Amino acid sequence: MAFLTDRKRAEYRGSSRHGTEHFWGQTISAVGLAILIPLFVITFGCVLGSSYEEVLAYYQRPFPAIIAAMTFLVSMIHFRHGIQVVIEDYSRGLQKKFLIIAFTCIAYAIAATGLFALARIAL
Amino acid sequence: MVEFALPKNSKITTGKTWPKPEGASNVRKFQIYRWNPDDGKNPRVDTYFVDMDECGPMVLDALIKIKNEIDPTLTFRRSCREGICGSCAMNIDGINTLACIYGMDEIKGDVKIYPLPHMPVVKDLIPDLTHFYAQHASIMPWLETKTNRPAKEWRQSIEDRKKLDGLYECVMCASCSTSCPSYWWNGDRYLGPAALLHAYRWIIDSRDEATGERLDNLEDPFKLYRCHTIMNCAKTCPKGLNPAKAIAEIKKMMVERNI
Repeated sequence: MAFLTDRKRAEYRGSSRHGTEHFWGQTISAVGLAILIPLFVITFGCVLGSSYEEVLAYYQRPFPAIIAAMTFLVSMIHFRHGIQVVIEDYSRGLQKKFLIIAFTCIAYAIAATGLFALARIAL
Repeated sequence: MVEFALPKNSKITTGKTWPKPEGASNVRKFQIYRWNPDDGKNPRVDTYFVDMDECGPMVLDALIKIKNEIDPTLTFRRSCREGICGSCAMNIDGINTLACIYGMDEIKGDVKIYPLPHMPVVKDLIPDLTHFYAQHASIMPWLETKTNRPAKEWRQSIEDRKKLDGLYECVMCASCSTSCPSYWWNGDRYLGPAALLHAYRWIIDSRDEATGERLDNLEDPFKLYRCHTIMNCAKTCPKGLNPAKAIAEIKKMMVERNI
């Protein structure tokens, strides 16, 4: 049992002087996704049911390719921000650190994979 | 951290059922959480029957009647009986509120009364609010000035005074903080709606000269940003205040000073 005062427990280690960047970043990516997701659904929906060659040709055009690339990227940035908050809520200690690192890696890996696949189609 | 089940020694059992009042026609059933730290037993829910023809309209009236006439061991806090002191905050019919201003006519069926959720219990309906008060103290709930003048009264415009409406009325009953899942899971580090509402009350005060330090002290992923806008605080506040809005205003100020 630690003999700490109530005030010491409440203060913990003081303020870390950050968090706003994370909050603002998540807000920006949310606004971005509110625009990008409908555009992605529309552009992707246009080629649903088309042949392989038609899809290749479609995604070689800049607009749908850029929309798809930005959707991958921004959604993974948003995912990374969001999942960090969830992990901080639901876990503690070493597990928390491990999960944050793991999910950050997964988010960037998914974004890189999507961009690579898109580049192969578009270029 | 999130806990999905109660610890073994917190599992609630069925307690004693007290006899119905003799000759009463208008009887209401009360199920009340009981726990005594001295008997080493798990918490239980006791059942009481109150003659409503001989009882006041508020839940606190019934609790006082039970304590005076049925079971003097029932323990709870109360003081002003008019929603000013915040002492009698408890969970009534699933809502954190003040027993003194919560009418029994607002409750359908049996009246179920528990202490404020997810707080250590001292006894029966009394939660341990030590940490809650320490968190309140940590936000410096006083006017902080650096200049010496004016030596007497610090004046405030009518417009600036109006900004404090909806903030200064908080009676620190802890209903909001104990209704917040974020506070349940991370109450050791998250300040909770009540402390943050009070923090905003001093941040927005035109006479306070420590706005920067106050914002600095709150800028933390846990102290402030554990608020996920769940809004339970605003829904449950017995004084009709909106701590979630105050927290959103603090976040807005944080962003504004960063960009």
